[in-house]
Amino acid sequence: MSDLRYSKEHEWVRLEGDVATVGISDFAQAQLGDVVFVELPEPGRQVEQNGDACVVESVKAASEVYAPVSGEIVEVNSALEEDPELVNQAPTGAGWFMKIRISDPSQVEAMMDEAAYEAFTASQG
Amino acid sequence: MRYLPLTDADRQHMLGAIGVPSVDDLFRDVPDSVHLKEPVDLPFHQGELEVERTLTGLAAENIAAGSVPFFLGAGAYRHHVPAAVDHLIQRGEFLTSYTPYQPEVSQGTLQYLFEFQTQVALITGMDVANASMYDGATSCAEAALMARRVTRRSDVVLSGGLHPHYTETTETLLKFIDSTIEVMPPDVAGEEDIGSRIGDGTACVIVQYPDMFGRVRDLQPIADACHDSGALLVVVMNEVVALGALKAPGDMGADIVAAEGRSLGNPLNFGGPYLGLFATREKYVRQMPGRLAGETVDVDGKRGWVLTLSTREQHIRREKATSNICTNSGLCALAFTIHLSLLGEEGFRRLAALNHAKTVQLADRLADAGLDVLNDTFFNELTVRLGCPAGPLVDRLAADGILAGVPVSRLLPGNEAVADLLLVSATETVTDDDMTRLCAALKEAA
Amino acid sequence: MESDAFETHTGNRGLRLEEPLIFEQDAAGRSGVDLPDPPPVQNRLGGLERDTSIGLPGLSEPQVVRHYTRLSQKNYAIDAGFYPLGSCTMKHNPRLNEKMARLPGFADLHPLQPEATVQGALKLIDTLAHWIKTLTGMPAVAMSPAAGAHGELCGLMSARAALEARGDARKRVLVPDSAHGTNPATAALCGYSVEAIPLNDRGRVDLGALKAALDGDVAAFMLTNPNTCGLFEDEILEQSQAVHDAGAFFYCDGANFNAIVGRVRPGDLGIDCMHLNLHKTFSTPHGGGGPGSGPVVLSDALAAFAPLPWVVHGAGGFELVEHAGDAVKAAPYGRMKAFHGQMGMFVRALAYMMSHGADGLRQVSSDAVLNANYLLAELSGVLSLAYDGPCMHEVLFDDGFLKGTDVTTLDFAKAMIDEGFHPMTMYFPLVVHGALLMEPTETESRESLDQFVDAMRHLAARAKAGEAAAFQNAPVYTPRRRLDETAAARRPVLRWRPEAIRGEAAE
Repeated sequence: MSDLRYSKEHEWVRLEGDVATVGISDFAQAQLGDVVFVELPEPGRQVEQNGDACVVESVKAASEVYAPVSGEIVEVNSALEEDPELVNQAPTGAGWFMKIRISDPSQVEAMMDEAAYEAFTASQG
Repeated sequence: MRYLPLTDADRQHMLGAIGVPSVDDLFRDVPDSVHLKEPVDLPFHQGELEVERTLTGLAAENIAAGSVPFFLGAGAYRHHVPAAVDHLIQRGEFLTSYTPYQPEVSQGTLQYLFEFQTQVALITGMDVANASMYDGATSCAEAALMARRVTRRSDVVLSGGLHPHYTETTETLLKFIDSTIEVMPPDVAGEEDIGSRIGDGTACVIVQYPDMFGRVRDLQPIADACHDSGALLVVVMNEVVALGALKAPGDMGADIVAAEGRSLGNPLNFGGPYLGLFATREKYVRQMPGRLAGETVDVDGKRGWVLTLSTREQHIRREKATSNICTNSGLCALAFTIHLSLLGEEGFRRLAALNHAKTVQLADRLADAGLDVLNDTFFNELTVRLGCPAGPLVDRLAADGILAGVPVSRLLPGNEAVADLLLVSATETVTDDDMTRLCAALKEAA
Repeated sequence: MESDAFETHTGNRGLRLEEPLIFEQDAAGRSGVDLPDPPPVQNRLGGLERDTSIGLPGLSEPQVVRHYTRLSQKNYAIDAGFYPLGSCTMKHNPRLNEKMARLPGFADLHPLQPEATVQGALKLIDTLAHWIKTLTGMPAVAMSPAAGAHGELCGLMSARAALEARGDARKRVLVPDSAHGTNPATAALCGYSVEAIPLNDRGRVDLGALKAALDGDVAAFMLTNPNTCGLFEDEILEQSQAVHDAGAFFYCDGANFNAIVGRVRPGDLGIDCMHLNLHKTFSTPHGGGGPGSGPVVLSDALAAFAPLPWVVHGAGGFELVEHAGDAVKAAPYGRMKAFHGQMGMFVRALAYMMSHGADGLRQVSSDAVLNANYLLAELSGVLSLAYDGPCMHEVLFDDGFLKGTDVTTLDFAKAMIDEGFHPMTMYFPLVVHGALLMEPTETESRESLDQFVDAMRHLAARAKAGEAAAFQNAPVYTPRRRLDETAAARRPVLRWRPEAIRGEAAE
């Protein structure tokens, strides 16, 4: 099992200390198709759980990426500016979006683990 | 009826295939109370000859600009358009195609839009341009919206040198969203200090080049003031031909150029359709409104073009789109591109030099006639202080067969300080004789 | 397939001619115009004269004419063939319209000439306004909007201005699921939030859901009628009643007016504002994406809140009201664009209307609806019909007929290109899966429709026969085959640059 936690909006987080790395799931990138652009937030911005954080674009669609946890954005993955395809190639690795210094650890604990998320996506058809 | 191919026999056959007795049955979802049983109260159909006779008659009730000495500008400048332009844009493959959503059968439109975008970027000195907007005024308004997105600030400062119709259009588009618009008073003296109006909430400053009174000024100090405060500089241009003679806004720090491009390739058209140009810096491209053609390759590896970055647009982003704009001015953009292709570097610069030289001659001759020319600097338009109300004078001269210029009071009514100001423009279409007649008439009247 | 195909030396294939960019045909000093030497003068450019080269290419007139002629040959067009693009009304563009718009008495007029010198132009605008008001049964029309979306903005701003004038701030606009994307984008620009109203199982707005959503906070309901599923909203009178009972305004998107022109007047339906696309219903050319023209008809409740400028009958002739201070009994909210409207489109539209007359325009909608229903009848056993007919001027299918074939709506459309047709509108409206929306218009002959029907049957049979690979490979007979849109969007190349600079950028 991985150490990732998932939201119902198909974001994942990986918690290290009080910093959560955030991206979108393999399921989500497959649904989107070829990612062509990621609009990243500015570091230093405060985000609320389930509030708008990023926009991820494929050729035919643009989708909001919500902050799965509240906190302050401390870093964004600037490699995505040049290589948005990283989101398709390694959604839970090099294709991460942002790091959030969390304000409420219980928000992470309440998220799905990998098994629960797999069951959730299976039920989504 | 000449545009309708179906015969009565066709219609009967088709109704049979559908399985209904009459066309009225196909309208059965229309509530009967609102389904008209007879044609509306308008004349019945007419042949080409009759329509042509009526419309030619209406056209004859107007004084065409080319039939008299003509000096109007104020956002619409009269130029000669080479005959090849109108011939080419009337090719049915350009005229009667839709937006190039199917790139395999739209490479012609996509390639000329790519050429258009490149030309606009080159002449404005900017990195990228879109595939056109409705007109210069709507480009200006869209620039204000874009600056708000880029800076995440809400307020806009409009120069008193901006064409009043552009100011009004921008105010309209921003009317119902949270934004403070500061409109500077008309800058008759050319002494406006717009830099001092920039604050922490300023998204952009919008200035015009040349300004509405015809003056040109170095934009770099204003650009520096904007950038020091985190605001963008939007440069509006009414007359794109000026770019053949003047330094490009992109070389003076502009972040967005919003311009009227109709001067190239397109007739005056009594105000429409016109051609909005919109250019910006590479880093802001994803915040830019409007359509974009981009280069790519096909499955055989051959170079081709597609509409791209369309996720910014309304048909995908809906209420989160960068703009609600859908239609552009494609055919006007084509006319612009063909005209500029015919001109080339040498022709474009020569056209601009010719415009400027004519206007210098006019300025000198007006001064010789004892008239007060306000401008120290100008491109192809200048402001004359007449000492009497300009509106009635222009009407009087029109009755004598001279279209003398645009009274500033037409744009700024009720402002006593500008009531005796006349905007006069001399393009390459103006002859020596035209100038002689204008100067004599103004001298006599003023 | 092309068993005898071979690579030519030039890359051309007979009439299919390759053509580089104008920038790649440059020779310094060449020009396609002859201009006189400027008279020698001291410049007054204030030290701002251009001192660097622009980089525009130099070509002679024959080169420019050949270049753009070749480009034109890479386009499909209504002049060349059947163009059943749903909701776009790709009808024949009469050439009389072009001729009339080019009369110097219309084309060579400056928008700020004295009114006395443009009486014929103002009369033309007034006459067109009369035709539009009569055809729609509405008391007023704002002529200046430049296109459909611009007209939407105009109409919704009038509604907001009217609400503000009665001190009635409202926050929401209701839009059906099936609406065109410009509707929510426009609502957002007017400062409203957007709430979607679902359709019922007959492809119309769910009246119960509409009534449930309507309250004192709703500014307007934006409906397209006939709707984007090609159906007449048969409960529109009830919708209108409910909208007005809630104190809201009823906006109608008039993109599909071609279905009902001469037969149904929006004014009789209780509509408060509706834009018309002169470039759809009234045959002004689409020109590769514009220019358009989008006059907006307004009800009595909104007429006072039209944008500037407009034409009035004065004592000495026609006059233009250009400033709020000159407006009598009206409260204009401002100006939508620099000048009076799309005069070039007005001339074309009036020439079209006069050519058809009241009788011909009624025949237009009759034939447009007949043609669409003919396609519905002939194709409903072949493709899968989304909703039962009769349809109006366009017919909507979904991709059910392609189930299990590995052929998508997109593949099917690309195969239509090889058969010599422009594809229909695809994947819109969003309410059905893999939508195929076909609008034949009244200017297609029965022979043209029959050929199309045969071709569609042939393609559907091929798809079902397992020829998915051929569909995925289509088109093959076009100047370019499928283009890499992902690459274009990931690293946008939006302009030409000289080779040297391209090279640097690539490093």
